[in-house]
Amino acid sequence: MALLKLTSPHAHTTQNTGNVMQLVLLATIPGALALTAFFGWGTLINVVIASIVAVGCEATIMHLRKRPVMFYLRDCSALVTAVLLGLALPPLAPWWLVLVGTSFAIVIAKHLYGGLGYNPFNPAMVGYVVLLISFPVQMTSWPAPMPLYPEGTDAPGLWQSLQMVLPFFNESVDAFTAATPLDTFKHNTGLLVEQLYQSDPLYSQADWAGVGWEWANLGFLAGGCFLLYRKVFTWHAPVSMLVALALCSALFYDGGSSVSHGSPVLHLLSGATMLGAFFIVTDPVTSATSNRGRMIYGALVGVLIFIIRSWGSYPDAMAFAVLLMNFAAPLIDNYTLPRTYGHKKPRKATEKATDTKD
Amino acid sequence: MADITYREITKNGLWSNNAALVQLLGLCPLLAVTGSVVNALGLGLATMLVLTGSNIAVSLIRKRISDAVKIPAFVMIIATFTTCTELLMKAFTYELYLILGIFIPLIVTNCTILGRAEAFACKNKVGASALDGLMMGIGFGLVLLVIGTIREILGSGTLFDNMHLLFGPMAENWTIHFFGEGYGFLVAVLPPGAFLVAGMLIALKNIIDDRIERHRAAKRAPVIKGAKRVRTTGTVS
Repeated sequence: MALLKLTSPHAHTTQNTGNVMQLVLLATIPGALALTAFFGWGTLINVVIASIVAVGCEATIMHLRKRPVMFYLRDCSALVTAVLLGLALPPLAPWWLVLVGTSFAIVIAKHLYGGLGYNPFNPAMVGYVVLLISFPVQMTSWPAPMPLYPEGTDAPGLWQSLQMVLPFFNESVDAFTAATPLDTFKHNTGLLVEQLYQSDPLYSQADWAGVGWEWANLGFLAGGCFLLYRKVFTWHAPVSMLVALALCSALFYDGGSSVSHGSPVLHLLSGATMLGAFFIVTDPVTSATSNRGRMIYGALVGVLIFIIRSWGSYPDAMAFAVLLMNFAAPLIDNYTLPRTYGHKKPRKATEKATDTKD
Repeated sequence: MADITYREITKNGLWSNNAALVQLLGLCPLLAVTGSVVNALGLGLATMLVLTGSNIAVSLIRKRISDAVKIPAFVMIIATFTTCTELLMKAFTYELYLILGIFIPLIVTNCTILGRAEAFACKNKVGASALDGLMMGIGFGLVLLVIGTIREILGSGTLFDNMHLLFGPMAENWTIHFFGEGYGFLVAVLPPGAFLVAGMLIALKNIIDDRIERHRAAKRAPVIKGAKRVRTTGTVS
């Protein structure tokens, strides 16, 4: 009998790709519930449509690539992409929007680059950006949070929401769209932050940073903490991203003047901040590899988010910031290689195998 | 190179050495102006004209010109033809000229043209060079046209929109609408769409080449095992 040559440390782990992905799916639940509670059934419908499309695309492509279909479907990576995209899209978006975004994410952003583990860009964010630059109107109309509906009108129920999203119904049902917290700051002309907070019910009825948005972000924060506790990822990237974003927004808060870009609390608890910090930036494939690299990567994502939110032409910036940093991740990796045991200096990834000096 | 047949020149230009799909030259106009069929056709025709003209001119002077001043002379010739084309477009299709804008003068820098002058026209007779320029131009133009068609259908849901810019008033109502008014898929109109469509076309060409090659291999007479080996021992069973 041949003996296996194993060297220490003998670490046992039950974390294979499928388990990790299932944990990630589980961790999105609090955020998804908060979004549903405040913005209606639209989010869940998005997630369901996106999941069906993603699994269909994944199976088709795997079949075309002559790979075992069920083996790759079972790792749930396509489902995670679909769920993240579904959560990021505006609730009550038309069905074709979700279809186009998800199929673009799976087919072009993931499989044309070689499938799971080879994609240089986060598939969900590629899908989101394609939709954002192609259909700016549909992508920027968010429904109003339910507590802010006018007196006497009800938020659309499950049946009405389905009628709005799916194509077979021609009856048009109106939903109330409203500016998101980041929108109001982008279009603020001449109001002090305090006046804005008092005049806009989006803030005056909220505890910290906009009705609905704060709870959705806290939900994703809770999910992220759960994943941290289960050691699905390390704290480096999300924490440095949040710290960088908070520092930038504190620096440019400008004492709440009329040209302020919003307080750190607003930036941390609105838009896609927490979803991005714990579910997108932590993507093991497209982010930096070493802990030091992850901190740089996360911090730069945070800075870019603030720059694009404040001075860019789109209201939220998560997707753009992440894609730009995905470009930079290999470079960061090249300069943050950890020192291997037994070597004095870390070795460059570009170093030739022959010139070993130390 | 002198013994290349006209048939081969045609095949090279249109398919096996296609400027856009195989040599990947002239990608800048290819990606920039193929948002609609009329733009693609206009630029394709202009490029074809310049390419044919410059190939003929370069071939005519190929024995008189020393290696040292070869490239500047080629560039002068190409620039002359480009200016001619530009003036022609200004005279006859002024609106299209305005739409294509900087990409008409930029034909000078199209690597396909200098590439053909350097690689073919300065080594071959006038007739062959003219045909090579024409075929390379048609091959490039066809790719432009296909990309333009796909991007126009996907991006704005129309086909042959604004064709009157090129064909005059008789083409006013050639526009075909596919998805009704108000349709728009911006990604196909923006530069990323051009990259995606061009990439898909290159992939498609490789698939077709692969199929043809496999088909040929299957048709070739199968090699019989042992037929070419000289046996020195044993018996042939």
